[in-house]
Amino acid sequence: MTTLELLSQSVGAGKAKDAKALAQRALDEGLPPGDIVDRSLVPAMAAVGERFKNNEIFVPEMLVAARAMKEAMALLEPRLIAAGITPKYTALIGTVQGDLHDIGKNLVAIMWKGANFKVVDLGTNVPPAKFVAAIQEHRPQLVGLSALLTTTMPAIAETVKAIRASGATGVKVMVGGAPVTQQYADEIGADGYAADAGSAVDRALVLVGAAA
Amino acid sequence: MHFRELALSRPEDLLFGTAPRPLRTRQGLHLGGGLVYPELNFTRPPLEVTATTMPEVARHYRQIISGALLRAAELEAPGVVIEFETVPPMTSEPDFGFTIVEILLAGMADAHDRHGLKSVLRMTPNDNREFARPPVMRSGEHWERMLELFDRSAAAGAELLSIESVGGKELHDDALMLCDLGQVIFSQCVLGVRDMEFLWRSLAGIAQRHGVVCAGDTACGFGNTAMVLAEQKMIPRVFAAVVRAVSAVRTLVAYEHGAVGPGKDCGYENPYLKAITGCPMAMEGKTAACAHLSPLGNIAAAYADTWSNESVQNIRLLGGMAPTCYLEQLIYDCRLMNRALAEGRDAALTLRRWLVDSDAGLDPQAWVLTPENVIAIARAIVTAPDHYQAGVAAAREAVRALRTGLAAGRLKILPRETGFLDTMESQLDNLPASVDEFIVQQMTVADTSRYLPAEYGL
Repeated sequence: MTTLELLSQSVGAGKAKDAKALAQRALDEGLPPGDIVDRSLVPAMAAVGERFKNNEIFVPEMLVAARAMKEAMALLEPRLIAAGITPKYTALIGTVQGDLHDIGKNLVAIMWKGANFKVVDLGTNVPPAKFVAAIQEHRPQLVGLSALLTTTMPAIAETVKAIRASGATGVKVMVGGAPVTQQYADEIGADGYAADAGSAVDRALVLVGAAA
Repeated sequence: MHFRELALSRPEDLLFGTAPRPLRTRQGLHLGGGLVYPELNFTRPPLEVTATTMPEVARHYRQIISGALLRAAELEAPGVVIEFETVPPMTSEPDFGFTIVEILLAGMADAHDRHGLKSVLRMTPNDNREFARPPVMRSGEHWERMLELFDRSAAAGAELLSIESVGGKELHDDALMLCDLGQVIFSQCVLGVRDMEFLWRSLAGIAQRHGVVCAGDTACGFGNTAMVLAEQKMIPRVFAAVVRAVSAVRTLVAYEHGAVGPGKDCGYENPYLKAITGCPMAMEGKTAACAHLSPLGNIAAAYADTWSNESVQNIRLLGGMAPTCYLEQLIYDCRLMNRALAEGRDAALTLRRWLVDSDAGLDPQAWVLTPENVIAIARAIVTAPDHYQAGVAAAREAVRALRTGLAAGRLKILPRETGFLDTMESQLDNLPASVDEFIVQQMTVADTSRYLPAEYGL
């Protein structure tokens, strides 16, 4: 097995120490840090997301994999920055105004990071104006809005409306949360909907044009 | 730990409709005194609550209370518990919440005058303290407005005070996602317990001032979050089952500070509390599917002194408005349980056995609620020297119960979950012996951006 394959394997198994050591070994072998991310870490997390989607693993197993990737990334990031390599895509995410339930939102953020998005997490109970201001500041390609309750779901529509009214261009809006459906996403003019954290990655990649 | 022995120490004494410490309300409902009463909870359909929409919101609540209580009278219900659980804007603007309290009390008085229907109002303000991140638990606007709503509601005639308190939840969500039992116990049995002690002392003062009672709390944001995550296949069901057992330690604190029941409906840990305290308990199960799914639809009823629907929106169904339809379902469920009670102990225990056995073997979360396991876990709690060790003991007993059920072939656990039994046991083995050591250990690893230790007296 190559070092990159071993690194993928250690991330998938959630072995953080091994992941860090193998990332170092890959660097010592002269591999470019961008290649290590693209050819090993991102595919490893994609495989983890797939296993989660297929009900083969639970969230804690996915999270330890994400932690292992984070360990490896901590080693690679300074070199990526020095080489002028930044994540190609930026995403904003938050729960909409009135909604404090952030478990699903946090999972999506972790999975997007695993797919090498730069993720700006605005937290919970985020008013539409704050989303609009953050879009102006960070110029993301993607915004994720979530709500858990039917009673807070209307705030998703309000936020989409505010984003559209702001004239922001080049940004796609993805929505999700327990009561949200594809039909609702279509009704309020969102660009995408995902039912869970695993499919949120696939949908994000399609929305930003990185996948068909 | 206030309770050192069980009020009900034999599995066969744990039964719906009967509690060693029944509660009599002003209008004469005798909760836990031999009948199961329906408890209705409801909310408006998706509709923001603002000064502009309040007339429309109020119209919904007027329609709910008049329609539901008329049906209760037509069905000759022996009494009804009405729960008003606010949504956040109704706590943050106590005038909004209080407007609804007045509407409900007026509707209940009207039903009493017209039809002789007895009822009692349970007041459950939404705990808005978590709106501050990290949460500010003991002072500030959220705290003051919540207490104001409690106080005004109690003064107006809301006789049962309840809450779904959130102390410790800010760390518990992460603990669930990581299946970190140590952090679950820290969140619930250290942070949660400390918050409950502070909160329920205040609520006891309000209750005393107005001659009403502290009913109880629930670990909804803890145990039910785990249950929903397990339902969504995000965490193992065995883990959610153990979290449920631990949650009893946290909810128990309300009773240590004067609560007398009925415990809050969504506390599926209530059977443990009934065994420990002898107080009547509200339960919810299949008739709460309007609010959330669960694997506990029948077994929960085995312990119910009031039988609830959790919450339903005021939308039109074929049979009528949803709260009216749900109250009818609750009333029929109660009729059945009360018929069994009327036929004597053997008949009631037969119905209880059917309620228990129809769920218990199919899900670990139901298994830890069988009467035998309820008593075993409750006993583990009362024999522990402090809340921390009670949490550990409850978790150990729950794991033991799951292993025993699995080994006997009476409980179904998915193969990919069985490894988590070992994981949980190993986590428990690695916890320190004393609470002081445990607090030091957890405070070094807990995410300090998420909680304020000083808000918990740490």
